[in-house]
Amino acid sequence: MIPGRMDAALDRVTRVRGVRGAMLVSSDDGLVVADALMEGVRGNAVAALAASLATRLGRAMEAAGAGEQRFVHLAAAKGKLLLMPAPAGMLLVALTDQRANVGLARLEMQQAVEGLS
Amino acid sequence: MKARVVEPWLVEPVERFVRETGARLTLIMTPAGQVLAQYGFTRAVEVMAAAALGAGIAASTGEIVRMLDEPAFRALNHQSPTHGIFLGHFDSPRGGLLALVVYGADTSIGLVQLFFEDLVADLAAAAPPPPTRGPVLAADFERDLNESLATLFR
Repeated sequence: MIPGRMDAALDRVTRVRGVRGAMLVSSDDGLVVADALMEGVRGNAVAALAASLATRLGRAMEAAGAGEQRFVHLAAAKGKLLLMPAPAGMLLVALTDQRANVGLARLEMQQAVEGLS
Repeated sequence: MKARVVEPWLVEPVERFVRETGARLTLIMTPAGQVLAQYGFTRAVEVMAAAALGAGIAASTGEIVRMLDEPAFRALNHQSPTHGIFLGHFDSPRGGLLALVVYGADTSIGLVQLFFEDLVADLAAAAPPPPTRGPVLAADFERDLNESLATLFR
């Protein structure tokens, strides 16, 4: 995968208002492949925990017969975590604040993932 | 299964690390291979072998690092389809220590690395001041080693 395409994908997501950062994470390893994060975000911690969360949720969906995972939206008191599977065993992760438009962020994430294919 | 330790201050940090990462085996030891804590091993001979091999890997990698004029050895990771092995060196109030961690496919190197950072901080916070020691004699070393192994498998 060409690094320039990863940067373009992250750039697309981080341009959405309220997005504090985006990362491409190796799903199996939980390691950061590429990132564009605001200062103060612990990228390695988010990557490891988000990959673990996606794996466990994926298993739960599988067990429930719901098919493969498409998108995860986790809302917390001060922000949101958005996850979307990406090609080559990666996971696109976006961190937003409370005011971010999740619908728009999801659309941009989808197009970013398509750009990586 | 509980962590077996030579000194009680090691229990909580090691058990937290195992709980958070889901590691199958964990060994905390000195760079010389003297074991301070273990989790998951059932036989003393396995602990001795793993400690000797881990210390040997750290020593030989450290020598390569030295030849390359790089800073000291910090960590190594081996990944196979079913298991991963992480070997990390860290500084503690008791001097340099090594952590050898074997983990399965239900966790990841990202999680192990993340909680390894927490383990190092937890051990630094929990460690009592180092005891004053006299000169190390061969007879004392063998006695200490046997006492440590007896404690770890009591």
